[in-house]
Amino acid sequence: MKLYRNLSISQKQVVWAWTFLALPVLFYVVIRFYPTLNAIVLSFQDWNLLGARTWVGLENYDRLIHDPVFWKVFKNTFIYLILGTPLSLLASFTIAYHLDKIRFLHGTLRALYFLPFLTSTVAMAWVWRWFYQPVPIGLFNNFIASMGFQQIAFLNSTTNALPAILLPAIWAGLGFQIIIFMAGLRAIPISYYEAARIDGVSSWTILREITVPLLKPTIVFLVVFSSISFLRIFDQVFNMTTNNPGGPLDSTKPLVLMIYQTAFTSYDMGYAAAQTVVLFSILLVVSLLQLRIMRDR
Amino acid sequence: MKAITTLALCASSALGTLFAAGSASAVEIEYWQYIFDARITAMDTLIANFEAANPGITVKQSTFPYADYRTKVAAAIPAGQGPDVVQLFYGWLNDYVAADLIQPLPTDVFPVERIEAEFFPMVQAMKIDGNYMALPTAVRSLALFYNTKLFAEAGITAPPATLDEMVSIAEKLTKKDGAGNITVEGITSGMTAQDHQWLREVLFRQFGAVPYTDDYRTVTYNTPEGAAALEFYTSLEQTMGVTSSTFMDEPQAAFKAGRAGMHIDGSFRIGALKDTRGLEWAVAELPAGPTGVQSNYASYWVNAITSKATGEKYDAAVKFMDYITSDEAMQVWLETVGELPAKPSAALTDANIADPVYGPFIKGLGYSHATIFADETGQRQVLVDAVSRIFLENQSPADALAIAAAAEQTLLDAYYAK
Amino acid sequence: MADSQIRASAAALMNAPTSAKPRRDPAAIIRWTLLAMGAIVMVMPIVYMLSASFKYPYEMYNLNIIPKEPTAENYAYVLSDGRFYRWFINSFIIATCTTVSAVFFDALVGYALCKFRFRGRYIIFIAILSTLMIPTEMLVIPWYLMSRSLGWLDTYWGIMFPGMMTAFGTFLMKQFFETVPDDFLEAARIDGLNEFQIWWSVALPLVTPALSALAIFVFLGNWTAFIWPLIVTNSQELYTLPVGLTTFSVEQTVDWELIMTGAALATIPTLIVFLVFQRYIIHGIAMAGLKG
Repeated sequence: MKLYRNLSISQKQVVWAWTFLALPVLFYVVIRFYPTLNAIVLSFQDWNLLGARTWVGLENYDRLIHDPVFWKVFKNTFIYLILGTPLSLLASFTIAYHLDKIRFLHGTLRALYFLPFLTSTVAMAWVWRWFYQPVPIGLFNNFIASMGFQQIAFLNSTTNALPAILLPAIWAGLGFQIIIFMAGLRAIPISYYEAARIDGVSSWTILREITVPLLKPTIVFLVVFSSISFLRIFDQVFNMTTNNPGGPLDSTKPLVLMIYQTAFTSYDMGYAAAQTVVLFSILLVVSLLQLRIMRDR
Repeated sequence: MKAITTLALCASSALGTLFAAGSASAVEIEYWQYIFDARITAMDTLIANFEAANPGITVKQSTFPYADYRTKVAAAIPAGQGPDVVQLFYGWLNDYVAADLIQPLPTDVFPVERIEAEFFPMVQAMKIDGNYMALPTAVRSLALFYNTKLFAEAGITAPPATLDEMVSIAEKLTKKDGAGNITVEGITSGMTAQDHQWLREVLFRQFGAVPYTDDYRTVTYNTPEGAAALEFYTSLEQTMGVTSSTFMDEPQAAFKAGRAGMHIDGSFRIGALKDTRGLEWAVAELPAGPTGVQSNYASYWVNAITSKATGEKYDAAVKFMDYITSDEAMQVWLETVGELPAKPSAALTDANIADPVYGPFIKGLGYSHATIFADETGQRQVLVDAVSRIFLENQSPADALAIAAAAEQTLLDAYYAK
Repeated sequence: MADSQIRASAAALMNAPTSAKPRRDPAAIIRWTLLAMGAIVMVMPIVYMLSASFKYPYEMYNLNIIPKEPTAENYAYVLSDGRFYRWFINSFIIATCTTVSAVFFDALVGYALCKFRFRGRYIIFIAILSTLMIPTEMLVIPWYLMSRSLGWLDTYWGIMFPGMMTAFGTFLMKQFFETVPDDFLEAARIDGLNEFQIWWSVALPLVTPALSALAIFVFLGNWTAFIWPLIVTNSQELYTLPVGLTTFSVEQTVDWELIMTGAALATIPTLIVFLVFQRYIIHGIAMAGLKG
């Protein structure tokens, strides 16, 4: 105890920090880092899950860069990111910003926006797949046909299928983003708004000069986390294309689905691990870049 | 409700197992299969019979969801967890054998000559290095389901015997709305369902191609005859307009909803169709090809003893294997699950052949082929993609097939190189 | 507190003093109407899910929302399956335990990474964040082998342990602790509180909204977790609800009306958790402000 009292304030902070972190660090090392290292090692091996592991050097990586499916999947994954993140953040911020200003049935509306996030992905994927079907059963195509237009092949198309799957993915995550934005909006001290109102500035200026800058921690979180989510998109794609996972000619297949199939339908664990290492590297680079760019401008 | 009684049965048998396990010196072995009500019920019956005949041995049945059964088994068995006797799809067996996770069937109880004399020849795929590694209780084949109500409305009295008849009947059954969109299909189609098997083992052969060499390690369907078979298949949708592969999401859904006249599917579909209200249907053999060739695709699930079973558990597992591959077990399986016995002596009885539902499937077994897959999913995907390229990228059937053959050969070479 | 920062939203500010008589501002009406329409669009797929759960199979693909021949048979079937309750309870216990643990530890770690100055802070943050970047599918086999050697297979703890702390929550809490002014903590330090007390009784109440949001997300994440619970359990008595619901899809066929029914029933507890916690996302701030 005496020892502790003799420490400087910053030394005490270090002691407290490690007290707080001891158990969690142990947890992450054993439960997360160890299996991750395991995957990295596995990427240099050949293993079908059943037999012994054999070392193959860089063979898995070599195979990956010569695999046309991988490049297709690589491109798809980035399309999910580049379309998904900005569209969903823009939509959720707009909704959260306005939802924050209304009072009548506020809780009900917020709950309705959040509801999709609460519902089973498997069930929702089926409903969306049903919506996208051609006539006579598809909702969208029935509507289009009743207007006298030609049907649209949503899912059975190499060009339309990816956006058709992105839409439900954005839809499902919107409620989550709205809630985070609203929690962030409500964390902005009211005094800033009071000052601005006294100065008589427009609500557009308030939004730009006060709300957005003060929302930065929230925005950083959502940009980084949504980017990770879109780069890791799997559930919607897998469940909406169960009969032909990844859509016709791999047109919707993202990297995680490729990893899943390599691991659990081909049982090519080493190859799946190499793909995982690539995914990990992409995610790490993208996240670090985003954190750097958004750090205290 | 059938399922509820099944549940009750499961629960009571589970309890029974629990108490039995408590009694002294009983050997307990574990059996795994996937969840399918009728299969679980059938296995419960078999276990009850087996336990009655073999006091001192108890069998615990564990079941897992079908979609993830393979992953579950692959995670558990190498870790030394799980079953002593396991049910596996025949196409997966090689991997398990290569990894020494399956023990060969002892030749004193299962002499090779006896197996080859009694079982359908397709089980020879289970013979590795002269030993049989696993045996099925039941086998399955394809047949043509047809909607008798739609047939009667169109004035058609008999199911098609040939592909030509099938096409002309399909044309009569197809209904379209004003904009030309199909509202009732003549015949269902969908490569991701059973059509890839139909194409691979039936249509190719009927058009004069041989899909693979006998050991299934070399692709040989990339010929003009093979292309003709693929062209016939895709023309059903593209030029004849009697089907649409995207219609109602899944072929079986269209047939179940009464919006399809004909539907090619496996014997495992019988149960689901029997439970469908308002659907009147019958079964026929697959139509014969242009030169009268009949062919069928057969597949099966096998039972195998894992390397986990040793000592008295191994002995118990052998006894259990012997029982569940007996004629008696096959009859129980046929009556409860509707899957066809794996021995001609049990399958090709007069009563079975005359059965209006099982008959066509059983007759199909006589001229069926069981593809030896290296990677069933991958090999399926190759043909699925070929058809996608024809439909979505206007590739010619010959080109699509050439690409498919090369891709499938790469898969096979990579697999057998190990 | 110096300027007694009662935190509240811009909305509260704009409405609070004058809200006795709500103004019928046309812009506000348009805003409300658009939001309401958006909300209806958002829930349409869920309405269809509910509708399908009251239909017979033959009517499944009909687009009418009200079934021609409504039936509760699907619910009777799912609920008559005795295992359903068991799965439901399993999921509830597992989701609740992991939520309590994850909220506690994520807030603890997020706070330490945000408010303490020490060497290696950024590295630890990035290392924890990086655990979000490996798909679960690649982790389940090492976890399985680990669980086997530790005897955790087929136990509640085996299902739960990977979720006891989350990188997602740590990141979320770190970001929200950044909005807590350091002066507050300094004042508490001068009052003689130790760092744990400061975290517990000063910092945590200030981020109640984020804690509530986190609780909802973690609960939901565990409620819907599929692949790991499937791999680690052998006995159906230990299945979680999502694993149990897959027993309705059999070989080559999926009984979609039963999946819809199961999904509708499975949404009820998550909805309750959401409704309970969402109040704190809004009201938490004002209370925290008063305490501070």
